[in-house]
Amino acid sequence: MTMKKLVSISALLATLALLSGCSSKKPDVPPAPPTPTTDTTTGVDDPNATVGDTDASAGPPGELLSKRVVYFDFDRSDIRADSQSIVAAHAAYLAKNPAQKVRLEGHADERGSREYNIGLGERRGQAVRRALALQGVAETQLSTVSYGEERPAAAGSDEQAYGLNRRVEIVYLK
Amino acid sequence: MKLRMKKLAICLLLVTAAATPAFAQLRLTITEGVTDPIPIAVVPFARAVPADGGLDVAEVIQRDLESTGRFKGMPRNDMVFKPTTAAEVDAPGWKQQHNDYVVVGRVSALADGQVRIDAELVNVLTGQRISGPYSIAPASNLRNGAHRIADVLYEKIIGVKGAFATRIAYVSVDGKPPTQRYELFVADSDGANRVRILASPLPIMSPAWSPDGEWLAYVSFERRVSAIFVQHRRSGKKTMVSARAGINGAPSYSPDGKKLAITLSGSSGNLDVYLLELASGQLSRLTDDPGIDTEAVMSIDGTVYFTSDRSGAPQIYRVTPGSSERPKRVTFTGSYNARPRISPDGKQLAMITLDQGAYRIALQDLSNGTVQVLSKGRQEESPSFAPNGAMLIFAGRERGQGVLQTVSVDGQVSARLDADAGEVREPVWGPFLPSTIQP
Repeated sequence: MTMKKLVSISALLATLALLSGCSSKKPDVPPAPPTPTTDTTTGVDDPNATVGDTDASAGPPGELLSKRVVYFDFDRSDIRADSQSIVAAHAAYLAKNPAQKVRLEGHADERGSREYNIGLGERRGQAVRRALALQGVAETQLSTVSYGEERPAAAGSDEQAYGLNRRVEIVYLK
Repeated sequence: MKLRMKKLAICLLLVTAAATPAFAQLRLTITEGVTDPIPIAVVPFARAVPADGGLDVAEVIQRDLESTGRFKGMPRNDMVFKPTTAAEVDAPGWKQQHNDYVVVGRVSALADGQVRIDAELVNVLTGQRISGPYSIAPASNLRNGAHRIADVLYEKIIGVKGAFATRIAYVSVDGKPPTQRYELFVADSDGANRVRILASPLPIMSPAWSPDGEWLAYVSFERRVSAIFVQHRRSGKKTMVSARAGINGAPSYSPDGKKLAITLSGSSGNLDVYLLELASGQLSRLTDDPGIDTEAVMSIDGTVYFTSDRSGAPQIYRVTPGSSERPKRVTFTGSYNARPRISPDGKQLAMITLDQGAYRIALQDLSNGTVQVLSKGRQEESPSFAPNGAMLIFAGRERGQGVLQTVSVDGQVSARLDADAGEVREPVWGPFLPSTIQP
């Protein structure tokens, strides 16, 4: 049997608002977050872990080089035939510019477990990394990060959105 | 009359009635209840104006009980009399109005500015009188006191300790991809008293409670790459405990709170499970396999359960730390089982399972392998047990938005916690808080 019952808390909210002196006109402002009193770090050894190291305009121009997203099939991490030329163009550019570093950001679609999807995104990032390395890019130019399903490129729960979200973004670092 | 009644009296001494922020951005809807919920009349409590701050204690208690789907509260308009002590309860009259139980009580202001709740439970069917526990203890706020009374009433009637005076943590996401804002919140189990723990323009994921409810571990990408933090809930003190090359993910506390099970990949990208001792920072490796090994959780007996796709697709495995035995596969039903969570008694495994093309929450009996799918949506994830083991909270989708849902472990009762705005996900149910009701 389905029992549909809405349990409203508005009356309670109103009385609480009166009580605490919080105006009901601003219910959407949460209390200020606790201020971190310390921010100690241990076990940190990632040299690429800095904010603000990317530049959307950075990266080489050109028909293929301006394409910096490699898409993947469902539950796959092999680079599709239609993306090989994009990866090859970046490999050639990076091999000629050994000072240039890129970060390979792997992503998954939203289906299934979040942490497992972090693993799938990493697999895709590593696939692009291996392909670039095989084509002459130095390992020191390459790093990976997986965002799993946490940073979708497209909203929605359909095949089109899923296809756009299963990707590796090649991010040129400053 | 009074002598013939089953009576339970509970008292709470409340230190600061008005310290509770008046925010409640999650709204609870029961979507499926039991066929014959227990009829109960929670009569409005005698007030202590203004010390009670206007809080309707009886309403909080009634909502708590109704949120389990196992109770149906009597509408106040139908109450002919509104007694506030068990002695005033006319049991046959309440029975005639189809109630099994009546709850009455009083809020009183004490001389030192504190507030106290007295509550009594009357069984109008048996006429039996049993002296219940009587207690006086400080509590942080009046609402919490009401939840604690609901916990005891639930236990007296159902036989299982209630989990109303507990907290949940969850992640909230606002904005459209690719520009989103991530926040980590802690709230009461009914969604009230929401407090923001962390906000970031980059993903926050996988919150986990310490066993004492004082700390939260989580993954934050605030440095653009993943790192694991532990943060003290009250002070906000935040410590980064793992920011190694590659993935730092899936933190989960050991039952003693001294270690975190985490997932690391190193720069090679091979995800394996490790134990990180928090005090020393010492790491020990638990799995070593080229597949994805992740989202480990420790059972009360120390066994570690984790997801691995070493067989080609994700399944749940278990391993005993310190043992030389290879991990053993635990799940054999279905092609996709992930995100294990173990019940407080160590006997049940909750997980995400691929069921008829949909990702749903399932429960596996660890003694005989029986699997029951508990939810009915298409994209459900992140199951987390209530500390009493009676309910699971998990993330589902409703009209394209992430919502929090609960389901009883017998699958009979479902409820939804909708957010005012944005998407909510990754709920984790915190532990029981130290008891303030003493017999």
